[in-house]
Amino acid sequence: MIDTPKVDWFALAPTLALLGASGVALLATVLVPAWMRKSATAAVALAGFVVAAILAGAVFAESGAPQSLIAESMVRDRLAAFAQVLLAVTGAVVVLMSWAERRRADGEYYALLAAAGAGMVFFVGAENLMTLFLGLEWFSLCLYVLVAIDTERAASLEAGLKYLVVGGFGSAVLLFGSALVFGATGELGFASIAAAEAGEDAFLVAGLAMVLAGLAFKVSAAPFHMWTPDVYEGSPSSITAFMSAATKTAALVVALRVLVTAFPDESETWTIAVAVLAVASLAWGNLAALAQRDVKRLLAYSSISHAGFMLIAIAAGTEAGAEALLYYLVPYSAMSVGAFAVVAARERELGHSVELEGLAGLGWERPLHGVAMWIFMLGFAGFPLTGGMFGKLFVFSAAYDAGDWWLVLVGVLATAVSIAYYLNVVRWMYMRAGTELRLAPAGGAPPRDSTLGIAVAASAVVTVGSFFLAQPILDYASDAAASLPF
Amino acid sequence: MLTTALILLPIAGALAVAVLPLPRLATGGLALLVALMEVGLWIVAASNFDFDEGGLQLGTTQQWVESAGISYAVGFYGFSLWLAGATVIVSAAAIGYAVWAGRDRPRAYHALMLFLTGAVVATFASQDLLLFYVSFEAMLIPLYVLVGVWGGERRLQATLWFVVYTMVGSLLMLASVVAFGVSQGTFSLVESGTSDNVWVFLGFAVAFAIKAPLFPFHGWLPVAYREAPVEVAAVLSAIVSKTAIYGFLRIGLPKFPEPAEDLTVLVLVLASAGLLYGSILAFRAPDLRGIVAYSSMAQMGLITLGVFAVNDLGLDGAVLQSVNHALVSASMFLLVGMVERRCGTGELDELGGMARGRPVLATLLLVAGMIALAVPGSATFAGEFLIMTGVYAEGWGYAAIVALSVVLAAMYTLRLISAVLHVRPGRAVRDEALDLRPGELALVVPLVACLLVLSAWPALVSQSSFAGDEAARVIVEGLR
Repeated sequence: MIDTPKVDWFALAPTLALLGASGVALLATVLVPAWMRKSATAAVALAGFVVAAILAGAVFAESGAPQSLIAESMVRDRLAAFAQVLLAVTGAVVVLMSWAERRRADGEYYALLAAAGAGMVFFVGAENLMTLFLGLEWFSLCLYVLVAIDTERAASLEAGLKYLVVGGFGSAVLLFGSALVFGATGELGFASIAAAEAGEDAFLVAGLAMVLAGLAFKVSAAPFHMWTPDVYEGSPSSITAFMSAATKTAALVVALRVLVTAFPDESETWTIAVAVLAVASLAWGNLAALAQRDVKRLLAYSSISHAGFMLIAIAAGTEAGAEALLYYLVPYSAMSVGAFAVVAARERELGHSVELEGLAGLGWERPLHGVAMWIFMLGFAGFPLTGGMFGKLFVFSAAYDAGDWWLVLVGVLATAVSIAYYLNVVRWMYMRAGTELRLAPAGGAPPRDSTLGIAVAASAVVTVGSFFLAQPILDYASDAAASLPF
Repeated sequence: MLTTALILLPIAGALAVAVLPLPRLATGGLALLVALMEVGLWIVAASNFDFDEGGLQLGTTQQWVESAGISYAVGFYGFSLWLAGATVIVSAAAIGYAVWAGRDRPRAYHALMLFLTGAVVATFASQDLLLFYVSFEAMLIPLYVLVGVWGGERRLQATLWFVVYTMVGSLLMLASVVAFGVSQGTFSLVESGTSDNVWVFLGFAVAFAIKAPLFPFHGWLPVAYREAPVEVAAVLSAIVSKTAIYGFLRIGLPKFPEPAEDLTVLVLVLASAGLLYGSILAFRAPDLRGIVAYSSMAQMGLITLGVFAVNDLGLDGAVLQSVNHALVSASMFLLVGMVERRCGTGELDELGGMARGRPVLATLLLVAGMIALAVPGSATFAGEFLIMTGVYAEGWGYAAIVALSVVLAAMYTLRLISAVLHVRPGRAVRDEALDLRPGELALVVPLVACLLVLSAWPALVSQSSFAGDEAARVIVEGLR
């Protein structure tokens, strides 16, 4: 007679909902006639993400102190639930965006998207180095395929290959690090690793460094960011949006959880390491973004620099820092998805990738996209009236409170540099006329993209709303941060 | 509630103007209507304000981000109410000018102008450091687009300089806001105490000095004032610059008494230098906008002298002169715009002789010019006299510089007047260029009328800016 661990199906429901949606979408790809295949699979994926978001919200509301699930391999707490809501909502918006952006009736796309979402939702609940690796590979494998799914475009295939090779390398580093940690402590569960009190064991520190590096690949923090610009540029724009928002959210939340729960005794070591990663990302991301002409590459470097800002919050190593990170993720996800959605719409209009010149006149031709893009750029730059400002403020406050005033100065300097390229986008949209550049339209009727408009508008509403409703979001963030043992 | 209404009315108006698909004239009319309602609302606010009582009035406090100590706290002191008054009047005139000039893409244009008005009023009303930062930054967003889209030929360069300068200031201020707020545990200006951290003070001071702009942070000024649409330049120099003065009065002096005192001499010397330098540049400027722009920079130096004298006379004079300069600079810029529209240029070499056959233009320009050069009996004379006597307490040298600047002001203003109105008729001045139209009169005459009222009764502002006759005590202790 084998003891079966008690399974809390409710806590796993968000993952299962998305997994189910993925399966149904895959079946629909085969069974549904071609003319309604795209709509049907997209609707299933959308439903999966929405149901997952609602279930995760319910888990958030019903959860108290952290509880281990399935023999300490997963955890049910508000941190995971918070991240799951964010991931699922991001996924839902990305489905809306994909439906408008993608002309091809490939149901596998939506099935994989839902499966990737399921992997991320699983990943943020990991409480064990094995489930952590499992979750990471789960969503990564889906993303490798999604990045390369536009098989007729060489750039997409190239991006897929790059992502596969570099991502595989990152996973290997993470796995090696896990092995070292296991070797040093004999434990895999996060809490048990902390309880093992291995002290200043060289294996443990090396393992910690490698786990951190493996996660930094997914966060696309410098110097582990090399794949980001190429992959973001080559992927279908919806997938880029999903990666820039959701992958980063999942990886940052998990990094926070691993560092705080598994390595509390080494906090002096990892706060410095994370601070170094943050500074490197801020410096590299911002400086490189200045030189970009391609808007997706520009946004890729911008996402690297934002990884830097969010790592500052982790480097603070305090509960205030965790709250700041969780708050920051909300407007950041919205701005990222929204900005890539606008770029995707422009790509369809022009029929090729969007350089900065390609944005000329966009602000006047498409008022919604123009104003929204303006809001996203201001938000990225940390201007008031967007949640980006409070994100930066909370991050800086947490760092200042933790005594890292030099990180505040680096962050402020990085913001100063970033304004140059964010406002450059606004400049191209509003202050240059498209006619003088003789942009070639792709031809045909303007694309029907009401769902894309909804995605853009929703992102803009969240970006601005998170400014005015900062307190409620911060309350949720602080509930979530309270599940970590600070 | 009144204060909140005063902030939200123009912003709601901006949304309405942007969203409603009205034809060009109706859009402008709606914007102008909102701007005039804003003036009316300010009059209601002023009539509900007890100027003898002093202290924070018409206040509202609403928790915003409670856990971080951030609240939506607004309200007015005597001096900030006067600054807000100048704001609403100048905004209305500027929007009227834009309607009359028929700017392209009127919905976007007027929405941005109204949004800008709301942001400036919010800055003057902020009683929370973060709200102040938010509104201070929010002003930049419409200004950037207004200059960048509707500006002159070198508008992109103008926006670049403007944004680079102001953002450097803003980010220094953000670092200071974080440092001050976190160390105080609250961002409320009413509840927080004082700080003796000179670096934090410098962060604020540089931000304000750039916004004003004060010497030597004025690099963005010439190209921005020249390339902006003329009514935007009027708003920039008349009211946006005054947010810096509010910042010094509400944050710089009360919250950082020791650093402010330690650096007083430095600020006074820089302000004097700016006053002289700006006046000389104004005298040498080859075009109308250059003269008004540099004179504006000189006036900001003068006002800063009054502020940093930190005594009753200096502070009263600084507030009076802020209001005066807002009205003078707005009327001068709008008149310059009207001349430029008639002649197609603002180069002094190509102008001249416009007084012949254009009596209304000549009269208005002369009256506004006389007030600008602080002719005895004018409101500006009262303001400069108060500042001069105030700063005399800090050293006679400063007072001498103020006196010298009055002479220089006479020189550059008379140069402007004679170059436009007198001398021989310029190449750009054609006989068909008409006198001012009634619509234009309706924009400038109210501004000049306000100035004449203040000339007759400068104490209206100077005696009511701070409760009782103890401005210095209010600033140093009351606002703490």
